[in-house]
Amino acid sequence: MIEMNSTNPVIELDQLRIVFGKRRILHDIQGSLRGHCIGLLGPNGAGKTTLIHTLLGFHKPASGTARIFGCDIRNESKRVRTVIGYMPERDSFIAHITCVHFVRLMAELSGLPSDAALERAHEALFYVGLGEARYRKLGTYSLGMKQLAKLAQAIVHGPRLIFLDEPTNGLDPPARKRMLELIREIRDSGRTHIVFSSHLLRDVEECCDEVLILKDGHIAANCNLEEERRANRKFIEMETRNATPAFVDAIGALGCEYALTGNQRVKLVMQDGIEIRDLYKIAAASDVQIRRLNYKRDSLEDIFLKAMEQ
Amino acid sequence: MAVYEHSYKPYEGTLTSAWSRFLVIPRYAYQDLFKYKLFIALFVLCYVYPLISTVIIYLHHNANALAVLDITVSDILPINATFFYVLVSVQTSLAFVFTVIIGPVLVSRDLANNALPLYLCRPFSRFEYIVSKMLVLLILLSMFTWVPGLLLFFFQSYLEGGGWMADNLWIAGAIFTVSIAWLVILALLAMAFSAWIKWRTAASAALFAIFIIPTPIGFIIEELFNTNMGHMLNLGVAFSALSSHLFQLDWLDAKLSFFEAWGVFAAYALICVFMLSRRVHAYEVVS
Repeated sequence: MIEMNSTNPVIELDQLRIVFGKRRILHDIQGSLRGHCIGLLGPNGAGKTTLIHTLLGFHKPASGTARIFGCDIRNESKRVRTVIGYMPERDSFIAHITCVHFVRLMAELSGLPSDAALERAHEALFYVGLGEARYRKLGTYSLGMKQLAKLAQAIVHGPRLIFLDEPTNGLDPPARKRMLELIREIRDSGRTHIVFSSHLLRDVEECCDEVLILKDGHIAANCNLEEERRANRKFIEMETRNATPAFVDAIGALGCEYALTGNQRVKLVMQDGIEIRDLYKIAAASDVQIRRLNYKRDSLEDIFLKAMEQ
Repeated sequence: MAVYEHSYKPYEGTLTSAWSRFLVIPRYAYQDLFKYKLFIALFVLCYVYPLISTVIIYLHHNANALAVLDITVSDILPINATFFYVLVSVQTSLAFVFTVIIGPVLVSRDLANNALPLYLCRPFSRFEYIVSKMLVLLILLSMFTWVPGLLLFFFQSYLEGGGWMADNLWIAGAIFTVSIAWLVILALLAMAFSAWIKWRTAASAALFAIFIIPTPIGFIIEELFNTNMGHMLNLGVAFSALSSHLFQLDWLDAKLSFFEAWGVFAAYALICVFMLSRRVHAYEVVS
């Protein structure tokens, strides 16, 4: 059994190169991912799905390797797959059988004894919200239901790492909301890590604490969103009335970096030991109104766009 | 992750041994197949000839029954290699019928529904997937080919006694070898066609064609070039040749030698394995 250790990375990429024919898809990518929910972002053709497929053992690396919970995907692929769940992007199911039969089959193939597989299949289907429809054949399911069935088969055997490839594709807003809630719940269980590949930055931002951004088979950015969020609390954007150079100079005298933009907006980086009330005191002394004050956070969109510009 | 709790929990129970997972796919396939009454009826029909053979063996050793029926031992079929060869021939022909019914959807359904990534993302390799799918046919067809064949052989040995079994053990070997060779080839052909031909009817037709088309071609090559090489395309001829050698039947016209027959089987098996290896992937990579 693969042991999870909080100090070890979930996934380590070690000069991983994937080549299809003469085309290089992933270019010697290197990095380690430790988040509970890791967002995998990138434009079409960036290599997100190829990376997931390689980690699942579907493609052999041309060179380099990757490790999942410390197990090499080249030599210990089968061992790795005992702790993995996978929800593919495309429709993947067995049409002529009922959903509960399908999920049970997948659980048994993952190594669960027959009785436990049946019990877990029912539980997983109730959990994802298909409890009432579990005896229907998969071929009769709507797109949203198929997505949930795919999620059920991915979690039925209680994997330690779940790969979700575009899980919100084709879902209507309530179904999308439900899917994101489920992902957050699984993440918050604390026992399972998730790799969440998506084009939708908002979905990733809602669920993930770490993102890996791929561009043309290279890692364009790898950042911990939690740390970014914490760091972003130092950036402040103020909308003022009657802001004068004396006002911003006074802010500068506190040791903050600042910039006064033409439309009475002041952007500044707070230094340690400086409080918001200090800003209000200066404003009062300079007869300046602070009409709005925001923590200016780098949204995931900003991070993504910066990464794409590189 | 109990139904009433609606919360996610990892599974922490015991796992089955890796080797036993081979049997999961066949078990599910049988649950699906035996839902149909027609299929059950066909399956039961496959035991008619072994039942008749059992009665013949019984009559051979029961003077009272012969007297009641007013017949002598010489009036009924002798229990020898030919008796068992006919049994194997009849049963393997039925195996072909079952292969045509079951075989064409074995892999094609999974390919059509893109189900292979779901199998292969688990601790279940391509090799295991192919073997599991083969076992669906092999186990089912074995149930009415070599298994009853060997049971009848042991039944005859028990009734005959006096060293009959030791003297005729090669017949048991022939029953098993010929049946298994035939079943493996049938299973491989069915799976290869299933992997490459999407439509069930077309895949069934291809299975028939692989046995029918080589026959005239073999004879044309034989007539034109005065060689038996043409028959090396013909699985039916290879089966007859193998049976002729293993059952030691001189009356059966073996157009191929023992090793040529095995060569034909091996060549077909390799082609099928190659065809399967080209199609059974989690995802097809377009280079």
